[in-house]
Amino acid sequence: MVALDFGAILADWRTLLVGVGWTLGLTAVSAVLGLLLGIAFAWARSEGPAPLRVVVGAYVELIRNTPFIVQLFFIFFGLPAAGFRLSPEIASVIAMVANLSGYATEIVRAGVEATPRGQREAAISLALSRTHIFLYVVVPPALRRIWPALVSQIIIVMLGSAVCGQISVPELTFAANLIQSRNFRSFEAFIIVAAIYLILAFLVRRLLRWAGPRFVFGR
Amino acid sequence: MVEFTLWDIVRNLALAARWTVVLSLMAFIGGGVVGAALLVLRLMPSRIGRAFVEGYVELFQGTPLLVQLFLAYFGIALLGVNTSAWTAAALALTLYTSAFLVEIWRGCVEAVPRGQWEGGTSLALSFGETLRHVILPQALTVAIAPTVGFLVQVIKGTALASVIGFVELTKTATMVTNATFRPFVVYSCVGLIYFVLCYPISLIAKRFERKLYAARR
Repeated sequence: MVALDFGAILADWRTLLVGVGWTLGLTAVSAVLGLLLGIAFAWARSEGPAPLRVVVGAYVELIRNTPFIVQLFFIFFGLPAAGFRLSPEIASVIAMVANLSGYATEIVRAGVEATPRGQREAAISLALSRTHIFLYVVVPPALRRIWPALVSQIIIVMLGSAVCGQISVPELTFAANLIQSRNFRSFEAFIIVAAIYLILAFLVRRLLRWAGPRFVFGR
Repeated sequence: MVEFTLWDIVRNLALAARWTVVLSLMAFIGGGVVGAALLVLRLMPSRIGRAFVEGYVELFQGTPLLVQLFLAYFGIALLGVNTSAWTAAALALTLYTSAFLVEIWRGCVEAVPRGQWEGGTSLALSFGETLRHVILPQALTVAIAPTVGFLVQVIKGTALASVIGFVELTKTATMVTNATFRPFVVYSCVGLIYFVLCYPISLIAKRFERKLYAARR
């Protein structure tokens, strides 16, 4: 039987803590930006002018039908060849925002389309402008309806950020790789990191469920 | 210096896409078999089985697939078996797929009204008989669309196997980039190939979904 030594991993708790910080930071930034972009795209998809609908529709399908790692590599390795040089961190944020916005668009759109007709008609009869109707009448209840799905998607993006370590962003999986390259305790390193991800997923889900009604769409 | 044409790049990538397809099919079929076994365990009137499957699902849905791949890769090696990237990728992706499929299918089974279970019991059918002859045929129609849709996730998931050194489409892209120094072209092509693989499946899944809703209206 092989002896497992978890102490060797936990001794390097600083590296792990930095990793947790980066994973949570990347997730927070991309959740906020991705959701905003998702709402804007959902508007474009359901109420925007026809050409915009087609463009956003194509964007959504492109994002949803390609792997995140390819999107990340395209942004980090591909774009510099076309003249955009990005740091690994910025490239990761862009990739995560792009990825989340693609899924969020479809999720938000589903919520928007479930708006009862009477509510729009009531808003029109109150002489609200189209923008006001969308932002104040349609979006808040739509967000309430789709919040659980959105929270799950944000968790998926957080777990997906494990890939960002491949372009040397010091997030959690990168930390595991760094630690195991120092002491060769590879299995233990990934067990610990997997446990941390489980805890993070649980906590982030709890936090977002709590924060949604308070800060995002009102009770 | 050797010059590479666009055709050279596309040809090599297209050939590598075979391994993406093979790995996806292995994971999907393997995951389907394990997922079906887990589903039966989940539905059986036993608390231990139920708790086990719930924990299993939590574990695989709450950790990154990349970490699961690393764990499989280093874990099998720890047992003293000589691991290849093949074994590790196939194992990790199979378990990952099964965790999602069992959850999807459980939802479909729960969509079947409770009275159907009770009806089976009142006809003196055993648990297995009720499941096989009453519940599953009804759940199956609901299950097709999300199951096909999940195949897209599996195909995209195989891209992560490149990280542990499995030479499929994404890994080949890195190698071709290193040879040609044309990352923009290479990764555009790779994205396009994944799109060509996944988009038709997404469309089929959507069509199944629409058919189901039309039938239920």
